[in-house]
Amino acid sequence: MENSGLFFNLVPLIVFLPTVGLLINIIFGGRMSEKAIGTVASAASGLAFIVSLLLGYSLLASGSEAHVVPFAEWIKIGNLDIPWNFRVDTLSVTMMLVVSGVGTLIHIYAIGYMHEDVRFKDDVKRYGRFFVFLNLFIAMMMILVSGDSYLMLFVGWEGVGLCSFLLIGFWFEMDTLARPSWANSNAAKKAFIANRVGDFGFLLAAFTMFWYFGSLQFSEVFLKAEEVAASQPGVIMVITLFMLIGVTGKSAQIPLYVWLPDAMAGPTPVSALIHAATMVTAGVYLVTRSWALFSLVPDAQYVVALVGAITALFAATIAVGQYDIKKVLAYSTISQLGFMVAAVGMGAYVAGMFHLIAHAFFKALLFLSAGSIILGMERGHHHLANHGHADEHHEEVFDPGDMRNMGGLRKQMPVTFWLYMIGSLALAGIFPFAGFWSKDEILLDAAKNYSVVYVLLTIAAFLTAFYMGRQIWMVFFGKSRHAAAEHAQESPKVITVPLMVLAGASILGGALNLPYLHSLGQWLEHTIELAAEHGEEIRGYLSISWGGLNPVVALVSTLLALLAIGLSWLLYGRKPLQVGQIDPLKKMLGPLYTAFEKKYWVDEIYGALIINRYVDLARFLAEKVDWNFWHDWLHDSVIARFFRWFTKFLANPIDLGIIDAISNGLATLTKRSSTALRQLQNGFVRSYALSVLLGAVLILGYLLFK
Amino acid sequence: MEGTIPLSYYIAVSAILFTMGALGVLIRRNALIVFMSIELMLNAANLAFVAFARSYGVLTGQIFVFFVITVAAAEVAVGLALIVAIFRSKHSIDVDQMSSLKG
Repeated sequence: MENSGLFFNLVPLIVFLPTVGLLINIIFGGRMSEKAIGTVASAASGLAFIVSLLLGYSLLASGSEAHVVPFAEWIKIGNLDIPWNFRVDTLSVTMMLVVSGVGTLIHIYAIGYMHEDVRFKDDVKRYGRFFVFLNLFIAMMMILVSGDSYLMLFVGWEGVGLCSFLLIGFWFEMDTLARPSWANSNAAKKAFIANRVGDFGFLLAAFTMFWYFGSLQFSEVFLKAEEVAASQPGVIMVITLFMLIGVTGKSAQIPLYVWLPDAMAGPTPVSALIHAATMVTAGVYLVTRSWALFSLVPDAQYVVALVGAITALFAATIAVGQYDIKKVLAYSTISQLGFMVAAVGMGAYVAGMFHLIAHAFFKALLFLSAGSIILGMERGHHHLANHGHADEHHEEVFDPGDMRNMGGLRKQMPVTFWLYMIGSLALAGIFPFAGFWSKDEILLDAAKNYSVVYVLLTIAAFLTAFYMGRQIWMVFFGKSRHAAAEHAQESPKVITVPLMVLAGASILGGALNLPYLHSLGQWLEHTIELAAEHGEEIRGYLSISWGGLNPVVALVSTLLALLAIGLSWLLYGRKPLQVGQIDPLKKMLGPLYTAFEKKYWVDEIYGALIINRYVDLARFLAEKVDWNFWHDWLHDSVIARFFRWFTKFLANPIDLGIIDAISNGLATLTKRSSTALRQLQNGFVRSYALSVLLGAVLILGYLLFK
Repeated sequence: MEGTIPLSYYIAVSAILFTMGALGVLIRRNALIVFMSIELMLNAANLAFVAFARSYGVLTGQIFVFFVITVAAAEVAVGLALIVAIFRSKHSIDVDQMSSLKG
């Protein structure tokens, strides 16, 4: 064994440690304290992180070549053989590290966050359930990134979708303001159904792949890719475009992005872990993993890049017009995912992965800080309620996430303020935070080959800096616009410490892949360029992610970001928003801003075009087809009436007329014949003797004269 | 042997005897007479057996006659016992009065 002393065989633990954690919490959670539940779940995730680190070390020590660790036989039918293998290569280990690392921090944060959340929402018993779901998510995400075949990836893909559904609908019987409503469960369903549409694309891609490649294993598919591309040029195109549908679902790209903003109904740690840092990047991972297919079809790549770039810009404009602190971040996430998808679409896989990692750090940081702010506002609100302010009674339902209620929070929540600043600067792409390096690399790649994508992404980056600036000014500066904000309180250490770790990562994350050093690039090269030796052309595509630091691109994006922040200061910082004041941007942009604010009415358009039509169809099917046709006409009129007629027919003519007649006839016949025959038995022995004689005479006569 | 009576004569006597016996069984009501008529028929058969045995020069017929005589003796014993039993219950030996088994 050349791998002796290395840790490749530990890889199943990344799935099974979280599974053990969730089992402990399912079975014993009811009798455990909140701290114990949280510790078990965090430890399960943390141990998975340590295993991921060991795997990373093993890869480094053994030359970074991919290792496949067979684990179990899964599907074996005829010549279809899909085992459950774990694939340990630089790409999957990178994802494992991000998932378990950020995941562990969010688990720890959730110990504090859920402690308060279950009390604000008045159901303490639900605490354990949250960590069960969270552990399940980590396990599923690990299956997704460690799978050795598209089918195994799909298992994880569906599994994280399920966890997303469960966690968005965690408070399923209330809306985000804890009023009784089905809003949260509707958001969960929306996410699940939008993802279903994408999964359908993924499945079609997998079926097509199996039809033409005869396999779903990564290694076999990638080996045959060029051969198939040469003989049937359309096939790879079809596979990659179907895959793109899956990506638009999971990674929230146009046209399926609509679920992600609603997914903010879930508790904030969920928004951070699933809907910002990890699950939504599964699409980016999928494209990166399938680089060997995408690199063969530049047209499909261009479509992917365009979808990403358009989404990036589109979502960024919507983020400008939002008032809910989490909604802004949600649209920002869609926009940043657009950056990543655009990057992997351009073939800049390393840049895409780099941005994925950096984004996981700073967006998790932002979401968790937003959660801290929301909790702070809730605390302020409860403080007021407990101290019996007279105006409290006839006040409308208080929304702790509405930025129009905030203001001046930097005094009440100084730690969260600084953490949020770091996250925002990283997201805005200010030197030297992680976002600067990763976004710049994407812009650089775009500038070289794809000018349209470059322009779109640059505008999106400008808007990113603008809406983050707007958010900072609205939340932390000026004066409190609501009494709750005045009394907001800082969060405890269990919440702020994980945030500090993430903040550190957001500051230093850029060091992963500095220009000219390309440590991440060289690390991922082992996976992504492995098959690229087959053709120089593919290498040509990949090489665009190997640029240095283009001073013009970097300068332009930095200047635009600074300009955007300055602009946001002019609008929101110089004269802070007053209570009830209309957003100053609305006065300037008018209807355009309304379009931003209303999210371009996309939900309404989808509602009118698809959902209502679907409901109409369902109603038509239910009322006309099912009830009127199927039930009233077919069942009641046709089948029941025929049945009644038929049973009557069977009862009267058949049963009475034939069956009964046969048995009655037999009885009558027997009776009559016996009446006739008993005349023969007259009791006179002599007459019997006569019959014997006559019989004997007859037989003799027959024998004699025959 | 010369000048013996031909076989057909024996057969004729046998047939006449048998017919008389059969008619006696059918016509007479007295159980004893019926009984005797049965004996007549058996003996008619015996006569036919013996006649054929002598005519064909084989002993089979004569041996059969012994059997028939034996059976007839047994039958007489049973039959007379029955008649005695019937007479005890009915005080009559008229066979037509013993018709309680009629259908």
